[in-house]
Amino acid sequence: MPEIKNFTLNFGPAHPAAHGVLRLILEMDGEVIQRADPHIGLLHRGTEKLAESKPYNQSIGYMDRLDYVSMMCNEHGYVLALEKMLGIEAPIRAQYIRTMFDEITRILNHLLWIGAHGLDVGAMTMFLYAFREREDLMDVYEAVSGARLHATYYRPGGVYRDLPDTMPLHEKSKWYSDADIRRLNKNRGGSVLDFIEDFTQRFPHYVDEYETLLTDNRIWKQRLVDIGIVSPERALQLGLTGAMLRGSGVEWDLRKKQPYAMYDQLDFDIPVGTNGDSYDRYLVRMEEMRQSNRIINQCVDWLRINPGPVMHEDHKITQPKREAMKGDMEALIHHFKLATEGYCLPEGEAYAAIEHPKGEFGCYIVSDGANKPYRLKVRAPGFAHMSAMDELTKGHMLADVVTVIGTMDIVFGEVDR
Amino acid sequence: MSAHLTTLQTHLESVLVDKIETSVIALGELTIEVAPQNWLEVATFLRDDSVSSFEQLIDICGVDYLTYGESEWDNSGSGFSRGVKREFSFDGSDDAVEAIEFEGKRFAVVTHLLSIKHNHRIRVKSYCDDNEFPMMDSVEGVWNVANWFEREAFDLFGIMFNNHPDLRRILTDYGFVGHPFRKDFPLIGHVDMRYDEELKRVIYEPVSIEDRTLVPRVIRTDQRFSPAVEGDE
Repeated sequence: MPEIKNFTLNFGPAHPAAHGVLRLILEMDGEVIQRADPHIGLLHRGTEKLAESKPYNQSIGYMDRLDYVSMMCNEHGYVLALEKMLGIEAPIRAQYIRTMFDEITRILNHLLWIGAHGLDVGAMTMFLYAFREREDLMDVYEAVSGARLHATYYRPGGVYRDLPDTMPLHEKSKWYSDADIRRLNKNRGGSVLDFIEDFTQRFPHYVDEYETLLTDNRIWKQRLVDIGIVSPERALQLGLTGAMLRGSGVEWDLRKKQPYAMYDQLDFDIPVGTNGDSYDRYLVRMEEMRQSNRIINQCVDWLRINPGPVMHEDHKITQPKREAMKGDMEALIHHFKLATEGYCLPEGEAYAAIEHPKGEFGCYIVSDGANKPYRLKVRAPGFAHMSAMDELTKGHMLADVVTVIGTMDIVFGEVDR
Repeated sequence: MSAHLTTLQTHLESVLVDKIETSVIALGELTIEVAPQNWLEVATFLRDDSVSSFEQLIDICGVDYLTYGESEWDNSGSGFSRGVKREFSFDGSDDAVEAIEFEGKRFAVVTHLLSIKHNHRIRVKSYCDDNEFPMMDSVEGVWNVANWFEREAFDLFGIMFNNHPDLRRILTDYGFVGHPFRKDFPLIGHVDMRYDEELKRVIYEPVSIEDRTLVPRVIRTDQRFSPAVEGDE
């Protein structure tokens, strides 16, 4: 009879499947996990403390860097909290733009998730497929904000600017021949909305491709089915939100239940799982991508026929137009005050939450009436999910830890903040 | 929604008569204040009561009220330098920290709860009695997710949670000293870390950069938000 020893295994923080900088201390009995102790904080940058020393608008860029694969959704949570305290609402066109970009972001996030999750459990091709589509969507980000990832596009009171009339074109270089350029620019002849619409036409077919690769794939199912099962009761106790909660069969989506932006005007469905295992969460997220596509389509239709302002008119809070600044003294003063001091929030506190691709993302702001937050607390969904790690992996094999990390859709920017 | 919240507020006030210190509805959110010694009991009630039924804990965070309402903007001088007036120094010495006079309760623990069943939220604030050794009861047994949120509040603010199963630091480095989100902890920190070529290891040194204020903190009363306030800014 061979003697079986218990091991304490160190996983990460530089493990490729750790999705960033997760360090796990695993207590193993043979190959079975007895206890998982995640050590987080390796990416802790003190975002909340930094925000306390800056005027409100300067922290929007920090929000992008929290969950750095769903940038605009983080911004949305933050500006919603600000707008709630200021008592203003963005113009309806800005609300539609936000809704559309929230869903574009959701697709971006889920594409990275499916790519990385696939890669972790051995489906190499998914990564390449997912990044092909991400490229198109990041071009849309770039077209509206100038940045592919950290957009800083939302502002309290609206969005930074209206959608551009032209989509930037690829230019000939030593890497691209004329034929390449023609192919790359084929869909970019029109406006940004044309490009997005073209994408929404193509995208359902792409999701079909992913599903062909994965949904009935024997290896994929062997790695995911019955791994990390969470009952609805436990999911609530463990603070799971978003797809993690819906995978367990709880029908809860802030876009439906506590609608913000334009979600109450749009037609979409909420997919819900039944078994609460990793495979159900996979199916839920795949369906969410299709639903996001539907929402984007409806937003594009609305935005085409309804021009209008995209920024609130109160220039004590939002920047005046550039042309106005050239000739109007008051506009110049507004600009100067906003640039040097920012605006003051009324004293009080507010919490605003949105349905982030990963779950409930909320910002809690305490203001003492200053031009900087007194306290900003970011409620990141990944933090609560990560704390459920121990319960989800207990009794599973070492290889399943990777599946569980993948299914939780962990991004350390938001967990560590 | 607001009518629903008012009903909830009335219900909680009638049942938890002496346990709720204050309850306010502002900006469409219900906030109740609970004394730390009653917190565990109230938490259990909020979860189990059929009218409130808060199955899910969304967030716990600490707040340090040390410099609440303090402006860095001194109107007596002139020029930009007037904007960096400080009541206390940030050189890290203990004397400077002790010099801050603070009356009242310094630390608060703020909890956000969500009811999936009734689709409502509540915010519970609880001010710790002791400013030197802030202490609360842990609600880890009521909502398991509280575990990490309480660890975070302990790590960043030094708030202790009674009966917490595993109260360790969570976000800061191994061997970190101090509680970084306290208002008397400087933004630039106390130590620098670098790799020393001669010692062949990572070493810690006193911080070498200076604290700067780019935009001074200024408090203005805005007529639009409080029409009743007398006088101008």
